[in-house]
Parts: sequence; structure tokens; C-alpha cells
Amino acid sequence: MAILEILTYPDERLKQVSEPVTQFDQALADFLVDLTETMEAGPGGVGIAAPQVGCWQRIVIIDCSRTRKPVPNHGRQILINPELTHWEGMAVGREGCMSVPDYTGNVIRATAVTVQAQDRWGEPFKLDCEGYEARALQHELDHLDGMLFLDRVVSRRSDLFRRKVYR
Amino acid sequence: MQNWFMVTLVGRDQPGIVAQVTAALFAAGGHLGEASMLRLGGNFTIMMMVQLPADGERLRQTLTAVAEQLQLRLHIDPIEGALHQHLQPDVQIRVHSADRAGIVAQVTAAFAEAGLHILDLTSDVAGSRDKPFYIMQIEGYAERGMEPLQAALAPLLAAGIEVRLEPLDTLIG
Repeated sequence: MAILEILTYPDERLKQVSEPVTQFDQALADFLVDLTETMEAGPGGVGIAAPQVGCWQRIVIIDCSRTRKPVPNHGRQILINPELTHWEGMAVGREGCMSVPDYTGNVIRATAVTVQAQDRWGEPFKLDCEGYEARALQHELDHLDGMLFLDRVVSRRSDLFRRKVYR
Repeated sequence: MQNWFMVTLVGRDQPGIVAQVTAALFAAGGHLGEASMLRLGGNFTIMMMVQLPADGERLRQTLTAVAEQLQLRLHIDPIEGALHQHLQPDVQIRVHSADRAGIVAQVTAAFAEAGLHILDLTSDVAGSRDKPFYIMQIEGYAERGMEPLQAALAPLLAAGIEVRLEPLDTLIG
């Protein structure tokens, strides 16, 4: 078990596109333990993607049970080879990132998403998320394609969409 | 190299102001920090943090020429501040109303009393000459939490000002 080092912007490696996971072995299981621990070590972190720790594999973890104010969530979810299969709605919300210290910005995301993924044993499953959890998932999926929220920030002065309030 | 200056430039808007001002600073070895540059009522306004290895006089010489050329008024203050001092906003306030004098004073006084620390405020007058309306967005830090801010809403709503208060929960992923 170890807390892994987080790559931070402007590290070029954050732009790299991650490869699908093919081996569901002990090495993967060990890595997932470390990745989880690294996410939990970050203050307020509700998600992490493997490329943030320099592993270019399509793996994300989200855990929206960790928010300051409770939001609808599915607890800790490990998603391997996730694919977005459905999205709807749009809302502006504020995002920051462990890989982008000292900056937060407004980003437009879908308000609900469905993702098809594999679990740690390679078994396929489907996850429906909404609101804050959907935002966290989209933020992490972006990392797998070398995208940061910086690539999606919208001006604070042209806030066209009213931010939905999640209870 | 900690000597930061706050530079203010204001004048009639025209294309190329930002490019010319920043090119002059760059040529003089200046380094830009946080900045706000926007058009307000046909004027262009710049407030920006500038760091120059030399003293303020060098900065003044550099900017005076370009300010004169662009007919901008120039103001330079040495500042204590530094980069990486961001405070995280945790509340967002949206205000709109038919325009009249006193909206900003009323709203901000009520919230200041309730513990609001304003970090970013943008306001605008829109509509038409005979039917102007006022819009304002505030991002701030609620020093005593949301409840006192909620409690401050009623008199503002009663005064015909639309005010919406939303918590700003920044997602860290």
C-alpha cells in the first residue's frame, strides 16, 4: 500500500491518452488499492484517474460519499475501461483537480450519465449517475483521454446556465 | 523577486489595447500575475498584477509611453500581495432587478452583515434606456455559513430585488 505521486499541470504526460486494461490480475488489484488510498489522501478528493499517477490505463475511481454536504451517490466505484453510453442535461458547476493545484473553474457537464465499465475482476456492469456524482465521473473520464477541466472552463462572466442545486 | 505592483489602466476602448500594453511590459522584462481586463461602458479597464525585476520607476517609464499612445490613464501601486493566495468561494449569489440606485449597497450591506466575504463581483446594466435592469453575480466566502445569508434574503426580496443564493461545492477530482 502506498500513496502515489500525483502528476500536476503543466506536466505533458497528463495529455496522454490511456490504454484499455487487458489483465485483471494481482498487479491490477494492488494498483487499485494504492489508487484508492491516493484519492483518499487528497483533501476533498471525490475521484481519481490512473493517468493522474502516471499509469496510462483506463481506470477511474469515484467516491461521492466523501462530499462535505451529502449528495446522491453509489459510494466508492471502481470503473475499468469505462464507456459513456448515455448523457442528458447540462449544468455549470465548479471544479478543481488534484492535478491542477490552486485553481478552480466553472465547467459545463451533463447532469446525468450512464457508463458501461468492468469491475476489478473484469465483469461488466452499468452505472447510472446524476448530479455531483455524474460530474465527478465525467471529470475522471476526461483524464483517460488526456483532457483536464482546464480544457473545458467557461468564463465566470458568461454563466448562461443556471447551476442546478443538488439536494 | 517579490516586488509586485498593481497597475490600473483606463481609457476609451479600442482594439489592440491589451496587446500593446502587455507587449511593452514583456519587452521590459515584466511578469504578469492575476488580472481583470474588461470593457465597462465603452471604456477598457485593466487591473493587473505586474512584477518587474527593477523598481517601480522602470515600470512607470515603460507604461507611460504606451498609455499616452493609447490615451489611457495609468495608476501604479506597489502591493503586498503575491500569487497563490486564492480563497475558495463557497457561495454564489445571483441578483437582478429593475435598475434603480441602491441595489448593490442594499444587497452587499445585508450580506456583509451576515458574514459574506466577496471574492468576485461582476455587475451589468442591460435592457434598454427606458427600461434598464441591473444584474449582478457574486462569488464569496460565507464566513459564518449559509444560514445567516439565507436569513438576510427576506428584506431584499421584499424590496423587489431577485436574489438567489446557492452553495458552491467545488468538485475536486
